[in-house]
Amino acid sequence: MILLATTQRILRQLRHDRRTVALLIVVPVLLLALIYFMYDGAGNTFDRIALTMLGIFPFVIMFLVTSIAMLRERTTGTLERLLTTPMGKLDLLFGYGLAFSLAAAVQGVVATGAAYWLLGLTTMGSAGLVVVVAVLNAVLGVALGLFCSAFARTEFQAVQFLPVVVVPQILLCGLFVPREQMAGWLEAISNALPLTYAVDALLQVGQFAEPTSEMWWDLVIVAGAAVVALVLAAATLRRRTA
Amino acid sequence: MKSTEARRAFSQIKGGGGVVGQGIEVKDLVVERGKREVLRGITCTVPTGQVTGLLGPSGSGKTTLIRAIVGVQIVKSGSVTVFGEPAGSAELRRTVGYVTQAPSVYADLTVRENVRYFAALYGLGAPEAERAIDDVGLKEAAGQLVGNLSGGQRSRASLACALIGTPRLLVLDEPTVGLDPLLRADLWAKFHALAKAGTTLLVSSHVMDEAGRCDRLLLIREGRLIGDDTPAAIRERAGTDDLEEAFLRRIREQVTA
Ligand SMILES: Nc1ncnc2c1ncn2[C@@H]1O[C@H](COP(=O)(O)OP(=O)(O)OP(=O)(O)O)[C@@H](O)[C@H]1O
Ligand SMILES: [Mg+2]
Repeated sequence: MILLATTQRILRQLRHDRRTVALLIVVPVLLLALIYFMYDGAGNTFDRIALTMLGIFPFVIMFLVTSIAMLRERTTGTLERLLTTPMGKLDLLFGYGLAFSLAAAVQGVVATGAAYWLLGLTTMGSAGLVVVVAVLNAVLGVALGLFCSAFARTEFQAVQFLPVVVVPQILLCGLFVPREQMAGWLEAISNALPLTYAVDALLQVGQFAEPTSEMWWDLVIVAGAAVVALVLAAATLRRRTA
Repeated sequence: MKSTEARRAFSQIKGGGGVVGQGIEVKDLVVERGKREVLRGITCTVPTGQVTGLLGPSGSGKTTLIRAIVGVQIVKSGSVTVFGEPAGSAELRRTVGYVTQAPSVYADLTVRENVRYFAALYGLGAPEAERAIDDVGLKEAAGQLVGNLSGGQRSRASLACALIGTPRLLVLDEPTVGLDPLLRADLWAKFHALAKAGTTLLVSSHVMDEAGRCDRLLLIREGRLIGDDTPAAIRERAGTDDLEEAFLRRIREQVTA
């Protein structure tokens, strides 16, 4: 009950911020269009990159949105206030998870739809699975954002977590250099980063008509990483502060 | 649940008999903030069913004491109990209303959306939310975004969120700052009505003319309790009718002692 009220409250806040909603929906589509024109005539490179991007967008965007939202709860005193009510920590964390996954689902459907029907993205597997991976990536982004926000005292610090937590995952996920061609130690790091598995799942959807067991394992790993991040976020969220 | 009911009945019996029970008991409370001792061994009690004022100069530790009472402050030593429970315990979170010094409401929601959200946290619905909005005189502004309210309206929105669910203890950190005299008088009447109905109130302020409106006063200075009495007794002891003067004399006494 408290969980759903919290989800609703966060979505209401989002709804009052029309411009953010518009940016959330439109920007991924525009970026995909940009990639389309960049790789125009370069064979199936567009398919590979666009598919990967459909996973990376929700992850990055929801990470940022969550970090800022949570920091705002902290600095405006609403977090302190909430922690004196019957609300449980998990109500708050899952409330954010749920609200932003719903937002990510809308974003994912629009971006995926635009990629397939406007930009001619082709995959062997179904577009529905792409949306599923996108939403799961958004959950991962939210969970990591909630966790990282515990370590940020200011907006500047919160924004710095993007290059620290998100950018390395993008660099090492196989988008720029295929993972098999990386130095052994880089591949080992890549293996430890959850985004790697999300991107691999998407590439599986691209290559095979039917969902592969490798893809399912990838999804389990991404979901597991999100749960771990949420548990860590709950552990670092303290009712009592100095 | 049962024990709460029992305690409630118990304190009512006590209240009815004219004997006032203890709502809050603070014992030897020491709090450090930023490596400085901000509360230096405070011991005091707050009686139930009364309005107790927490007075002290800026930076004296009022907010810190209040944070300890609602259970969000890390304390170094000592204890704080509310209705016999350790401060901040899960059971108390249903029965304690807290108004933070800086309004803690969502600026990107309307007044109504804010209050309804807080109502939902206590399992209450729209009628309770509307009543709380009405109580603080924000009926006309209920549909307005909190971010577009005046400072005083915003702090009343924050107050409305704390009035939800008729808490047994209301802790208010400078709730009347920035309000006009008329509204202030209204709110103080409201506080006394709540106290009469059995609610325990702790209200911090550094405006001395508000001190006279309290049933009891706690005076703190530099993290130490320097007075705990009724306004009348404090006036009498200092030999002046002016509470501000009485407070100043108490401080001078303390300094020379
Ligand atoms: N987060 C913090 N970290 C370190 N020191 C703090 C912190 N918050 C407050 N202090 C210090 O603790 C002391 C008491 O602060 P507190 O906020 O309790 O005062 P106050 O009596 O509420 O003042 P005011 O009337 O101005 O609200 C002050 O000296 C303040 O500088
Ligand atoms: Mg204060």
